Amino acid sequence: MSLPGRLQEIVDEFAGLPPELRLEALLDYSRRVPPLPPRLAGHRDAMEQVPECQTPFFLATEVGDDDTVTIHFDAPPEAPTTRGFAGILSEGLNGAAAAEVLAVPNGFYTELGLDRVVSPLRLRGISAILARLKRQVGVQLEVRSAATRSPG
Amino acid sequence: MDTAVELDPSEKLRAYAHPERLVTTAWLAEHLDDPNLVVAESDEDVLLYETGHIPGAVKIDWHLDLNDPVQRDYVDAEGFARLMSSKGVSRDTTIVFYGDNFNWWAAYALWVTTLFGHQDARLLDGGRQKWVEEGRPLTTDVPARPSAGYPVVQRDDTRIRAFREQVLDHVGSGGRLVDVRSPGEYSGELLAMPDYPQEGALRGGHIPGAANVPWKRAANEDGTFKPAEALRTIYEGELGLTHDDDIVAYCRIGERSSHTWFVLSQLLGFPRVRNYDGSWVEWGNSVRVPIERSSEPGPDPRLKAVG
Repeated sequence: MSLPGRLQEIVDEFAGLPPELRLEALLDYSRRVPPLPPRLAGHRDAMEQVPECQTPFFLATEVGDDDTVTIHFDAPPEAPTTRGFAGILSEGLNGAAAAEVLAVPNGFYTELGLDRVVSPLRLRGISAILARLKRQVGVQLEVRSAATRSPG
Repeated sequence: MDTAVELDPSEKLRAYAHPERLVTTAWLAEHLDDPNLVVAESDEDVLLYETGHIPGAVKIDWHLDLNDPVQRDYVDAEGFARLMSSKGVSRDTTIVFYGDNFNWWAAYALWVTTLFGHQDARLLDGGRQKWVEEGRPLTTDVPARPSAGYPVVQRDDTRIRAFREQVLDHVGSGGRLVDVRSPGEYSGELLAMPDYPQEGALRGGHIPGAANVPWKRAANEDGTFKPAEALRTIYEGELGLTHDDDIVAYCRIGERSSHTWFVLSQLLGFPRVRNYDGSWVEWGNSVRVPIERSSEPGPDPRLKAVG
């Protein structure tokens, strides 16, 4: 499995914790979701909803000119589990190269060892977030390469 | 009834068939220090308790604490006794359950403790939502309650729980069935609640003969239960349920139908109400069980049962 450096560190951090502390670590990540930039705050129509998350959850992805990925998440405070997933992906993938993000396996979350503390249905939410995030990155790369091929 | 912890005397509650099964937020705020009372939070979101809970409350997780980790069933008598002891609950403790999402999982936890015959389990009317909206205190301190000696008591699955084979018989004999899911799930258009993953069942629709009364009709927007009179209008008036009926409620995995089970059996006093916890995830995956795929209950199942 190949994961961007910071995401690999987070996975190792979770896997190294005793199960009862993993929930606490997830709570910690739920507090680390950066606030939305002003141009996105209150503009959920500019973001994509992830219906698999059981709570209102939105994401927007940007691929910069240098091919690095910036991700924005919007999740309500009353859904700390989903916010925790967002915190892991935000910290683990922000600034990574687009190709690295696309290479993250959708099932990477199994390595976090959260299956003993979070129900399986809910855990699949993180996989759904990642799948949508990767799709957005893929679409942006395609649009860009199409633009280079047909100048003007 | 001899309860160590006094009952909530509020007028709204007294109109229900079993007012001793419910408490208001105002009452709970005054009784948090009662030595024989344990407040338990049961949520859909497993992290919510950790973000802050009612002072002194313990956490009971539906998935990790109440379900058997291997077989699709609840914990056994020893497991339940261990769980209760570890939360500082003994057999004569008053447990007040509350939780997120209109008390779905709190009602489910209360239903499971009732399977084990725990005498005094109550719900907090309005649940977590109302407590928070009223600006009442929350804490992240996890209480260290001394372990209590909860006895090993066998689960009684005969009175308030229904299994698939029993539901099949129930369908054949024209028993009353209440499907508490959303109209889209009932008609078969959706396999799970709107906005939830559409997975878990291979077939959509409902059990033939079941009437669709979404669980939420019993609730006010603030998470509390509707007053007794309004509930009677829905379930006795509209639906025509009587106290002679044998009633089975179901949803997708049994949590929303625990909410309706509570309304029918505890608030309205119907004597024979069972929760089919296998619910649609079992029925919709079962081979050769009858399914009605429309927004109508379907033909009289007694006619279908012939031949």
